[in-house]
Amino acid sequence: MISFQSVGKTFARAPAPALVDVSLEVAPGEVFGVIGQSGAGKSTLIRLINGIERPSLGRVITDGEDVGALDAGGLRGLRRRVGMIFQHFNLLSSKTVAANVAFPLKVAGVPRGEIGPRVAELLDRVGLAEHAHKYPAQLSGGQKQRVGIARALANGPKILLCDEATSALDPQTTEQILDLLARLNRELGLTIVLITHEMEVIRRVCHRVAVLDAGAVVESGEVAEVFLHPQHPVTRALVADAAGLVAAKGQGAGPTLRLTFRGAATYEPILGRIARDTGVDYSILAGRIDRIRDEPYGQLLVSLVGGDVAEARARLIAAGVRVEEA
Amino acid sequence: MLGNINWADIGQATLDTLVMLGGSLAFSVLLGLPLGVILFLTSARQLLANRPVNMALSFAVNVLRSVPFVILLIVMIPLTVLLVGTSLGVAGAIPPLVLGAAPFYARLVETALREVDKGVIEAGQAMGATPRQIVFGALLPEAMPGIIAGATVTAIALVSYTAMAGVVGAGGLGDLAIRFGYQRFQTDVMVVTVVLLLALVQGLQWAGDRLIIKVSRR
Ligand SMILES: Nc1ncnc2c1ncn2[C@@H]1O[C@H](COP(=O)(O)OP(=O)(O)OP(=O)(O)O)[C@@H](O)[C@H]1O
Ligand SMILES: [Mg+2]
Repeated sequence: MISFQSVGKTFARAPAPALVDVSLEVAPGEVFGVIGQSGAGKSTLIRLINGIERPSLGRVITDGEDVGALDAGGLRGLRRRVGMIFQHFNLLSSKTVAANVAFPLKVAGVPRGEIGPRVAELLDRVGLAEHAHKYPAQLSGGQKQRVGIARALANGPKILLCDEATSALDPQTTEQILDLLARLNRELGLTIVLITHEMEVIRRVCHRVAVLDAGAVVESGEVAEVFLHPQHPVTRALVADAAGLVAAKGQGAGPTLRLTFRGAATYEPILGRIARDTGVDYSILAGRIDRIRDEPYGQLLVSLVGGDVAEARARLIAAGVRVEEA
Repeated sequence: MLGNINWADIGQATLDTLVMLGGSLAFSVLLGLPLGVILFLTSARQLLANRPVNMALSFAVNVLRSVPFVILLIVMIPLTVLLVGTSLGVAGAIPPLVLGAAPFYARLVETALREVDKGVIEAGQAMGATPRQIVFGALLPEAMPGIIAGATVTAIALVSYTAMAGVVGAGGLGDLAIRFGYQRFQTDVMVVTVVLLLALVQGLQWAGDRLIIKVSRR
């Protein structure tokens, strides 16, 4: 659906390139996350997808079109098939909610008579039907972002781009907006590219993720894999912020292991049983049980003492637990 | 106390001022608004960024704004005659008033547009809008309070310009104040005309403020 082929981007008068040799594939119908710290090049990357920025090197293919090669008219056509939402919503403060959502329809030349019903349907979809005649200033942040989403969906796009769409929202509202995005992905088969600096956002909705650092992709893959077993230091730092799975140095008497349970295994009494059978004692230094999208997982940092540690390890692995030295 | 006052003259002068003001304001907005939009759009990093066009327009605006209005009045006489057939009276005053005020208003419009959140333009681009659709559908509505405030400031500036237009025999309240009130020491005429001008300015400011409140949705 979206393909980055060795893409580089350098801004005029900028000391360093914003993106370096980025290659990515986003499959149709997936929620693809891009995470990175401030200035990593996330916004630049997402703006290449709909041609607001043009690549300096390489090619960006969006929905079958070489974005860098399109003329102004071609770009406008592409953008009507790609919705975008923003951190600060970017609504027209001078227009009502309904008029904001109607704007892209007018831009696309939708006949006047079809605009009203279409706007009503869109507002209904995002749960704002009763706010149609309010102005953005009368709405909460979460409601404003819903207007942004309704506006982005107006012309029935196949792709939705989200540039830090929840970064200005509180945690509870963030969750509601992410749930809405997940629902749109399921119900409409919408391909979503989501940019964030928060691993929590990735964990909740994304299928796959790419980690961006100083303009380069340093790690990418399935969210569960990247989240539970981060390799690159930047990824580790981002995950540590979210998971908090760091034990103080020197804690625990024996070897410290990181145990990862996924799926059904998460809720089984595996650890207790194996400890009993092998005579190994364990202390939990840190841990978390949660979900990655809909899949439960548990991750524990344990210190093993006494008994047959090697046997305990082998049995944990046999039970489907991933065991790593911490 | 008001012995020197000829109310018929005052009435005529008031009417002249209103006609000069209305006519020149209308044309100043008609010319200044698009000029301001073009100045904004062609400036660096904007939708239609175009350095040569922007520099040329900006220079023309600066030239007109740096010429003292009295000089403009006199220098423009031939052009005024060409445009309205006379350089005298209310009609003769309107072209120089417009040439003095339109560039001023254009700058105010440009400033108002600059204050629009650039995210609004980004959103317009991202939905595939043409520059024209962005200007009319997003930029102008968003900048409307500033555009109206600019028109109010311009209207009030025009009130004092109309007084100077008396130099070309334009008539009006300012002219009356200068000729009778100042040159003939008729203090009562001076006071009455100044009070009327003050009422005019107050009225304009009030109307502008009301309109701004009406269009502000922030
Ligand atoms: N128009 C521009 N001109 C020059 N440099 C730019 C421009 N846009 C971005 N940059 C630079 O490119 C780099 C990447 O910027 P970008 O906005 O993509 O980062 P980001 O990851 O989105 O950061 P943030 O989380 O702060 O939004 C930064 O160093 C930035 O200063
Ligand atoms: Mg950014």
